[in-house]
Amino acid sequence: MGEILHGLFVNPFIEIAGAPDLFVQVLWEGFVSGTLYALIALGFVLIFKASGVFNFAQGIMVVFGALSLVGLFAAGVPAWLALILCIGIMFGLAWGVERVVLRNLVNQEPIILFMATIGLNYFLIGFGEFIFGGEPKTMITSEIGLPTGSFDFEVLGGLVSLQQIDVSAAVIAGLLVAGLAIFFNKTRIGRALRAVADDHQAAMSVGITLQQIWVIVWFAAGIVALTTGIMWGARSDVSFALSIVALKALPVLILGGFTSVPGAIVGGLIIGISEKLAEFYWGPLVGGSIESWFPYFLALIFLWFRPQGLFGEKIIERV
Amino acid sequence: MLYRETGQFKTNYSADQAVFPIRQDLVGIWLILAFMFLVVPFTFNDFWLNSIMIPTLIFALAAIGLNILTGYAGQLSLGTGGFMGCGAYACLKLTTFFPDLNIIVVILMSGFFAAAVGFIFGLPSLRIKGFYLAVATLASQFFLEWAFGRIAWLYNYADSGAIEVPTRRIFDIAITGPHATSITRYLVVLSIVVVLTWVASNLVRGRFGRSWMAVRDMDIAAELIGIRLLSTKLTAFSISSYYCGVAGAMMVFLWLGAAEVESFDINHSFLVLFMVIIGGLGSLLGAFLGAAFIWNLPILLRGAFGQSIDAATVEHISFMVVGGLIIFFLIVEPHGFARMWQIAKEKLRLWPFPY
Repeated sequence: MGEILHGLFVNPFIEIAGAPDLFVQVLWEGFVSGTLYALIALGFVLIFKASGVFNFAQGIMVVFGALSLVGLFAAGVPAWLALILCIGIMFGLAWGVERVVLRNLVNQEPIILFMATIGLNYFLIGFGEFIFGGEPKTMITSEIGLPTGSFDFEVLGGLVSLQQIDVSAAVIAGLLVAGLAIFFNKTRIGRALRAVADDHQAAMSVGITLQQIWVIVWFAAGIVALTTGIMWGARSDVSFALSIVALKALPVLILGGFTSVPGAIVGGLIIGISEKLAEFYWGPLVGGSIESWFPYFLALIFLWFRPQGLFGEKIIERV
Repeated sequence: MLYRETGQFKTNYSADQAVFPIRQDLVGIWLILAFMFLVVPFTFNDFWLNSIMIPTLIFALAAIGLNILTGYAGQLSLGTGGFMGCGAYACLKLTTFFPDLNIIVVILMSGFFAAAVGFIFGLPSLRIKGFYLAVATLASQFFLEWAFGRIAWLYNYADSGAIEVPTRRIFDIAITGPHATSITRYLVVLSIVVVLTWVASNLVRGRFGRSWMAVRDMDIAAELIGIRLLSTKLTAFSISSYYCGVAGAMMVFLWLGAAEVESFDINHSFLVLFMVIIGGLGSLLGAFLGAAFIWNLPILLRGAFGQSIDAATVEHISFMVVGGLIIFFLIVEPHGFARMWQIAKEKLRLWPFPY
């Protein structure tokens, strides 16, 4: 018993103190995966805010975006044109989803809409594999102008290495969030989006077209997905295995709240960093790969104390 | 004309509370049961029994389990695969410790272990609701998957890391293992499913079911009229997991014959959730219809395309078609096959003279 407690509460901290450079490296790894979780969660939040749809297909949209980019490039389209075409594809997807799915399911219960997005999820998996093939592909990192290689730092008496692609991922994620914030707060469409998020009926009564807003919001989520897909694809292969990892965005949502953009970012970073730390320092105690379930447990414990998430609005229930 | 209950008067309470109050339904269900028990085992070949009938029945039972939780008690769960795994691994351990115990008893008992796990993972439902709960159930799914893969004791330290089903006999007839014929396995599965469905139909009509539905419709209101949320939600979780556990044990012992962790992964949970939604939330008949549809659709597609294109392409197309059909069905009838059957019955009542 004493040994277990020792392993839980003493040894990891001795390890951390003993090799601070390693600790910084682990923190960085966590930060990078946290950024990616945060980006996926951001896509969820955008759609949930504007249409109340819990979009299960966000993870697949990430893969689908990356896959069409790689697929188009492989078919001989120049990289810059492929990128533009991909944005077009994302718009087509948003338009199609609104036209075929959302428009026909207006006023249904949330669980029905949720199921429809799972259906969309399956459809996109099949469609993507049918067109581009099921095997994992390599992201065209250097062709679209992203840096490769790494920076090495002397930190706390050791060497910490940061991949340049990770640094640029963090920067692009920051720019994306800033861009979305400006878009939401300063433009006409952004104001309309916030109005819809607040109250559908009130928004309609002042002349905002719901259908149009939905297309825009799914398109925005699609752009976020495409960016995430490129970043993630550059770190590992582009394949549908990503979609299971993308489920990690769900505990992020729980932590941050379903409707809060800052919540998604903060939640993503908390999940990313804590899961890497737990895996590295506490994982060996129970045989490793606790990464697969640790975020969910963290979120669960968190929910026990704050059912509405970190930044979510307080839930008031009335009969 | 054929389906009309005119003239069937109920003169006592037991007639009024019968499972099938309409005589045509009663006759119909006996005919179906007779067909399933007497005709199917002797006319269908091994392919039909092994890849269509047995899995459909097993998935129907799992769908009933999830339906109790999601359809009746309103608690969305994505952890069905994990609970099915609990049943399967519990069954393996039980039959290892008690090799002489009747295997059917073992399968039914293994459900209790799944129920205990479901009880524990149901505890968060007291504070967490809706989609938040759905994500919380993912915790159980991923944790159980991890445990099945990591704890070697669970699979008896087999080198393959998989469950290997031993041969168990009742009256010298092999029920499980490589020697069991598909007819015996089919009959065992069918009997268990029929009995458990009957139990479920009485559960959902009774006090349990009514309090589940009250909680589903609005839990605060249910609490106000004196339903204990704690016990109601936890019984829903336990009983639902019991059904899933038995289905999981049957899946490995009476159908697959061997199973790895991948047999209980998250996709499995989604498969069962599809069955419940397509079949109809809050309907036992729906669980059967949904299971039959979702399980057999890819088989049908494979049959339709035949050998003209390679297997991988067929799989991609079947993914697309399943996804598309789910959306289509949700648009056409969000309440699933069960509601369609209801509507058909209403129409039949008046047919052929609707006025």
